[in-house]
Amino acid sequence: MPLKIGAGDAGHIHDHAKEAYPEECSGVMVGMDVEEMKIVVDVWRAENTHEDERSRRFLIDPKEYIAFDKRASERDMDILGVYHSHPDHSAEPSDYDREHAWPGWSYVIASVSEDGIEDMRSWVLKDDRSGYDEEPILG
Amino acid sequence: MTKVRIPTPLRQYVSGNSEVEVSGGTAGAALDNLTDQHPDLRQHLYTGDGKLRSFVNVYKGDEDIRYLDGPDTEVSDGDELSIIPSIAGGSAGGRCREL
Repeated sequence: MPLKIGAGDAGHIHDHAKEAYPEECSGVMVGMDVEEMKIVVDVWRAENTHEDERSRRFLIDPKEYIAFDKRASERDMDILGVYHSHPDHSAEPSDYDREHAWPGWSYVIASVSEDGIEDMRSWVLKDDRSGYDEEPILG
Repeated sequence: MTKVRIPTPLRQYVSGNSEVEVSGGTAGAALDNLTDQHPDLRQHLYTGDGKLRSFVNVYKGDEDIRYLDGPDTEVSDGDELSIIPSIAGGSAGGRCREL
């Protein structure tokens, strides 16, 4: 299912990835499923609470998830997925990403280097958790 | 009966519901009954050897059951359990290609 992210929201993800570099950034994308398309209405930054190695790991605290979920519900929206950056790595999910992924959510990965954003792609976990399917990002 | 709140990514396995009522005197028994009713949930909550995945958190009210009695945490009618995702990832330790 395509993921539609407007230029403004894509720009927010890019800005977050560049500001956090060389550490990973993360956040959630909220919006709605409409006619076989997921439409991102807003992106919200999360704090990377991973204790160490934040250049290659991120963790969103469960309590922050609870707050995001409540905030989305109040606006009649759902959390559609999660974005994060891969500093100096490609925008492809790692095995570590797969082990921690949730089904149905879009996982947007922004590849970022010291020169800026290199790539951004979106992935959905397969039902049997064996890998990912890439989904098109529409602007 | 205990109410279990289901996070959005798992609702597809429980007919789209945000809450499911299950029986069981402990959090572990309630989750077992939940996954018996909805077997497709199991692989997303438990590892192959039957342990709750590390990024799956179960709260009784506002408290993580890891800080109560774990799966043996008692639940009774009117209690609410919530499955809360820890959201994690990163570029380490995988096939990820370096730029």
